[in-house]
Amino acid sequence: MEKWARFLEVNSSRILELTIDHAILVSLAIFVALLIGIPLGIYLTTNQYLADTVLQIASITLTIPSIALFGVMIPIFSLINQGIGFVPAFVALVLYSQLPIIRNTYTGIKNVNPEMRDAAIGMGMKTRQRLLRVEIPNALPVIMAGVRTAVVMNIGIAVIAAYIGAGGLGVLITQGISRNDNYLIISGSIAVAILAIIADAILLLIQKRFTKKAIAE
Amino acid sequence: MISFNHVTKSFGEKITAIDDVDFTVEEGKIVVLLGPSGCGKTTLLRMVNQLESITKGEIVINGENSKDLDPIELRRKIGYVIQSNGLFPNMTIEENVMLVPDLLGWNKKKKRERFEYLMKLIGLDPKDYGKRYPHELSGGQQQRIGVVRALAADPPVMLMDEPFGALDPIIRDKIQEEFLQIQREVKKTILFVSHDIDEAIKMADKIVLLRDGKIMQFDTPSEMLAHPKNEFVSQFFGKDRAIKSLSLHTVENLREVIGLGPVDESIQDTKTIHIHQDLRNTLSMLLNQEADQVIVKDEQDENIGTITIDLVQKYLHFEIKGKMSASQEG
Ligand SMILES: Nc1ncnc2c1ncn2[C@@H]1O[C@H](COP(=O)(O)OP(=O)(O)O)[C@@H](O)[C@H]1O
Ligand SMILES: [Mg+2]
Repeated sequence: MEKWARFLEVNSSRILELTIDHAILVSLAIFVALLIGIPLGIYLTTNQYLADTVLQIASITLTIPSIALFGVMIPIFSLINQGIGFVPAFVALVLYSQLPIIRNTYTGIKNVNPEMRDAAIGMGMKTRQRLLRVEIPNALPVIMAGVRTAVVMNIGIAVIAAYIGAGGLGVLITQGISRNDNYLIISGSIAVAILAIIADAILLLIQKRFTKKAIAE
Repeated sequence: MISFNHVTKSFGEKITAIDDVDFTVEEGKIVVLLGPSGCGKTTLLRMVNQLESITKGEIVINGENSKDLDPIELRRKIGYVIQSNGLFPNMTIEENVMLVPDLLGWNKKKKRERFEYLMKLIGLDPKDYGKRYPHELSGGQQQRIGVVRALAADPPVMLMDEPFGALDPIIRDKIQEEFLQIQREVKKTILFVSHDIDEAIKMADKIVLLRDGKIMQFDTPSEMLAHPKNEFVSQFFGKDRAIKSLSLHTVENLREVIGLGPVDESIQDTKTIHIHQDLRNTLSMLLNQEADQVIVKDEQDENIGTITIDLVQKYLHFEIKGKMSASQEG
């Protein structure tokens, strides 16, 4: 216990700093992933053929091990002198988030009760009005579930990004491993877990706030 | 007014869902599309608000060929009610009901007044129910909200696809009555889909009986019951069509034709019935009641006579069956 106290005394500000870096990296990646994934998911509901293709590609992306994906990023981004660090890690996280976000947006909207959609069209709503007033609100729990999956997953994957110099809590763990320092490894892992739990709780709160009780189940 | 001029609808090469259908729904009338499942009722209905395209022929709505109208504008001028789940669960009752007025850009005050008027039509308190969500209402209430939502922007034409089909019989009966009451006030031109013979007889000014996308007969309910045009029609309405047609007659009709029995003041055990009650309900009441005497009351709540099973039977014999057989001979 005493050892822990001394460890934290020395390292707590650094842990906090790395946690913030970690959170910023993941937040930015999710933000951009949402900007791409949600409109794409919505668009795919109108194009069955493209939907199948895009969802397949997104699934395949997710099966690439993160180390390998980061490895691929390095030579590509070296071309613009960004081979290691924030940029390749950020791009990889955006790619990983696409599947849960696109898929849940797509299926959430596709699975809106067809009679409800029918009523919306029959009452004279334009496509945009139908999407904004009926389909998206009713698909929101499913879309948010996808976002939460992406966030929690990215908090984990971003740990690996420390290997390509992107910073974040992965730094504690990689240093701990190379120096054989259990305090570093454990404190890093716990910080990652706490960050994931807090992020998920916040998102759940947002979801509840914006979902009418009728469709929140 | 809605006119169907030789309308045909095909799905691909093989399926002809609607086959050369030709009839008119007069202004302010209810025409019921009746027929077995899969005969094309829903398809025909949905061609009116362009949810289905027209393969051949044309549909003319209040003088305008539907082909020349913008589908979005057209749909906003046509009330549309479907069997279930038509309400949007993410919107309050008020938002649901005021949706089309909202799309049309009505101002707040006008919407508010209209909402209050509509809720009064169906006897629900606008203040209490306005803020609720659909899942907080009973099935019957939801369906009534579905009906007034279709009436919200006061469209001249209404399309109703088995609107009361999911309700249990007692509530369905009540809502049908209530809807007819509303229709007397609003006088919409209505196309109404049903597969229920009793509902069709009750609601329709005229019935279109469909089979495999073709019209078997287009007539008033009483004509169709009395003079079925072909074997399919008479079989569809069944052997008991004479009894069914009792629901088109009231105690008052019976009184006019054969008169009521005298009231025996000495009998204590009596029940009463209203003069506008239809004879079918009257008969089932007479068959079930245990009272010694059933007294008919008029609008002023005066006793004007008694009614018995014998009297109904006589009326059935002379007025209904008599006319049916006369036509079959002639
Ligand atoms: N989109 C469609 N594609 C192919 N066939 C259809 C389609 N919609 C309806 N049909 C066919 O048209 C016929 C009439 O269907 P419908 O109008 O729903 O009947 P009803 O409402 O009287 O039960 C049925 O045989 C049905 O299978
Ligand atoms: Mg149908």
